[in-house]
Amino acid sequence: MKSLEIITLGLAVSISALAAASSMPSAQSDSQSQAQSTSKLSRSSHPATPDRGQRVFQQNCARCHSAPENLGPSVSGAVARHMRVRANLSDADFRALLHFLNP
Amino acid sequence: MKTDRVNKPSPPQRLAHAISAFAILCALCGVSTSASAQQDPAIISGGIGFLTTTNGGNTNYIPEARPVAVLPLGDHLQIETRATILSNFFHRTGDGYDHFTFKTMDYLQADVKAGSHATIVAGEFLTPFGTYNERLTQIWNQTFQDLPLIYGVGTMNTGSGLGGMVRGNVFANDRASVSYAAYYSANSTSGYFGAERSSGGQAQVYLPESGVEIGASYGRSLGAVHENFEGMHLWWQPVDTGFRFRSEFGRAPHAKGYWFETDYRLQQLGGGADSALGRLEPVFRMQQTFRDAPDNNDGLPFVNTKRADFGLDYHLPHEIRVHTSYGRQFSPDGNVNIWETSLVYRLLIPTWKSKH
Repeated sequence: MKSLEIITLGLAVSISALAAASSMPSAQSDSQSQAQSTSKLSRSSHPATPDRGQRVFQQNCARCHSAPENLGPSVSGAVARHMRVRANLSDADFRALLHFLNP
Repeated sequence: MKTDRVNKPSPPQRLAHAISAFAILCALCGVSTSASAQQDPAIISGGIGFLTTTNGGNTNYIPEARPVAVLPLGDHLQIETRATILSNFFHRTGDGYDHFTFKTMDYLQADVKAGSHATIVAGEFLTPFGTYNERLTQIWNQTFQDLPLIYGVGTMNTGSGLGGMVRGNVFANDRASVSYAAYYSANSTSGYFGAERSSGGQAQVYLPESGVEIGASYGRSLGAVHENFEGMHLWWQPVDTGFRFRSEFGRAPHAKGYWFETDYRLQQLGGGADSALGRLEPVFRMQQTFRDAPDNNDGLPFVNTKRADFGLDYHLPHEIRVHTSYGRQFSPDGNVNIWETSLVYRLLIPTWKSKH
């Protein structure tokens, strides 16, 4: 039993380290995309620029939580797909949300 | 949010199971990466927090993490999971501090897109009853750290089902959106996948122009005793305001109750959401339960109970939020004061760099 724990722990740590290492190169691009998404969110929150994707976000996602600060191309696909299931989004709303998160 | 009613493996076994599940998920991430260069990257998200609560003079310190992983596999399939890991440190009379650790898998589900209006969910999933279980059990989403008193209504003791669910959107346009969920769960006494044999579903209508959502939920326990649970919810978030109103009513065979909460982020008082004032969010929650007959299994208080909570949340930059609240609970068993504070951080990271 003990050896099983040690093996699984070692496996998990190794894979986690690999995952972390593989995500490191994206840190810079993520900070750039974060700046883009931040400006996008502040721009799109202006009522004079209505956008279907923004509306979908406000009406579905933002009712439970605020917009993540570090939205970027690396995360927007999985985030939108998670919300499609959790918020029961229609196909059109899912596509609009995806476009809003990753124009 | 499971309770301890199910039989659990020993802590070392549970640790090994948890690590194995995590390792398998990470391995799947790697397989998925090599399988498709255009694949949406898997993400790890969720909330990490440090919570304190003083209830009737007894203080608990709770470091807690609720990581979420979402792994897209092709265009029609994804795997999602969330775990809860916490330690509860409390004062033992005359003998310093003691603690216990709680770990569980909240859900581990495969989502298969079956068409424009349906997604089939298989595995362990959050029971779709009311709104709190699916939407607000993530600590990042909570305005108060305590679950509502009626949380146990319809969530079948463990908060999770093990089986299948169909959910989706019936139709949506600019004026209305109708969605649904229906599930069947088998009985499971496995420590990480505890569930009761049950079935149920919910339907809701959302009116975007007014920001109103109304829904109804039904659940039926199919274990040794067959029981029905009914619920209604009403949410209202006026467009372009920082105001939110959420409420639920739930009825079990021998008790019923309600909760409602309001919060208002002061972003419209000048400076916007990122100003010092706009980061403030006063919150209030009122709840009440009514006991018709004794029942040890419905999760509601044994006596009629009222509780009011007042809180003030502050949204710091970099995905950090501070919660503070004071509550007063009234019941024939005695009235108590409840003070709570917490510091919560939300993480959202990709597991690899996108090729998009």
